[in-house]
Amino acid sequence: MEQKIYGLPEGMNDKKTSFCPGCSHMAAYRTIVESLNELNERDNAVIVRPIGCSLNADYSFDIHAIQSMHGRASAVATGVARMHPEKTVLAYQGDGDAHSIGIAECLYAANRGEKMTCIVINNSVYGMTGGQMSGTTLLGQRTTTGIREFDNQGAPIHVAEMIAQLEAPGYVARAALYTPKDIMQAKKFMVKALRCQKELGKYSYIELLSFCPTNWGVKPVDCIKYAQENVLPVYPVGELKTCF
Amino acid sequence: MAHIEVAKERCKACELCTTACPFGLLRLSDDYNSAGDHYIVQDNPEKCIGCKLCAIQCPDTVIEVYK
Ligand code: SF4
Ligand code: SF4
Ligand code: SF4
Repeated sequence: MEQKIYGLPEGMNDKKTSFCPGCSHMAAYRTIVESLNELNERDNAVIVRPIGCSLNADYSFDIHAIQSMHGRASAVATGVARMHPEKTVLAYQGDGDAHSIGIAECLYAANRGEKMTCIVINNSVYGMTGGQMSGTTLLGQRTTTGIREFDNQGAPIHVAEMIAQLEAPGYVARAALYTPKDIMQAKKFMVKALRCQKELGKYSYIELLSFCPTNWGVKPVDCIKYAQENVLPVYPVGELKTCF
Repeated sequence: MAHIEVAKERCKACELCTTACPFGLLRLSDDYNSAGDHYIVQDNPEKCIGCKLCAIQCPDTVIEVYK
């Protein structure tokens, strides 16, 4: 007798979202929901989301959620984590958010070792606000506010590496949501990040390299090759700091 | 035996899943769903081994796998 071996996890519904075709955001949310389910923590979790495309997932999963201002998810998550230390607290941010407009809040939450997990969807561009250049935009990448040049905007910023050399964080990793193999690795890292927060009371950071076909101007089906050739050489995946 | 089910109304025709199938069983349909998108159909369903790769690749989890 055949049984269902894969599909939407418990806690996600089949409402069609307004993310663009090929966008990685829902793969990121699925990774989070699957990981929380595995740890039996979904009911005990609070996710803080700032402004960004992440909002398109409203009502598509069953996790307590708070909306923050642009860039400030890690600051709001700090408040939740300090008031409710028993909760699994997540900040779900984009690179325009955590690595650009809200880099101070992001870095200082890490430096304070808040008991939370910061998840950053890095697609090297501001998505929802219209494809502007972010801190992680690649050299030579075309955005709606110009083409990044080293002499003008500097090199793309490496926040995972910066956080990994701080004293307080317990777990720091970068994964990709490109191929099934990458997505499975991202899930493994996500479980570790959440366990580090829950079991050891430490700060975890996980960056998820993602597709933004719309603002890259790349057909979704060509994004895998584009990202492997252009993003991975700049942003290598792997664990940078681990507590297990 | 294994088979997949495609929630064709939620498929966004991004074609990412077609790159994941080791046997190249997936392609876009000729007709459309109610959003006006083509959707994923499977050729030669008897060749499907239920490896889940297409379903994991699909960001919108449109594909269910049975085995
Ligand atoms: S703009 Fe980019 S990040 Fe936003 S929904 Fe579209 S593909 Fe996803
Ligand atoms: S389950 Fe595996 S074999 Fe079957 S269609 Fe999907 S990728 Fe192909
Ligand atoms: S990856 Fe998902 S949304 Fe994209 S074409 Fe395949 S089934 Fe449809």
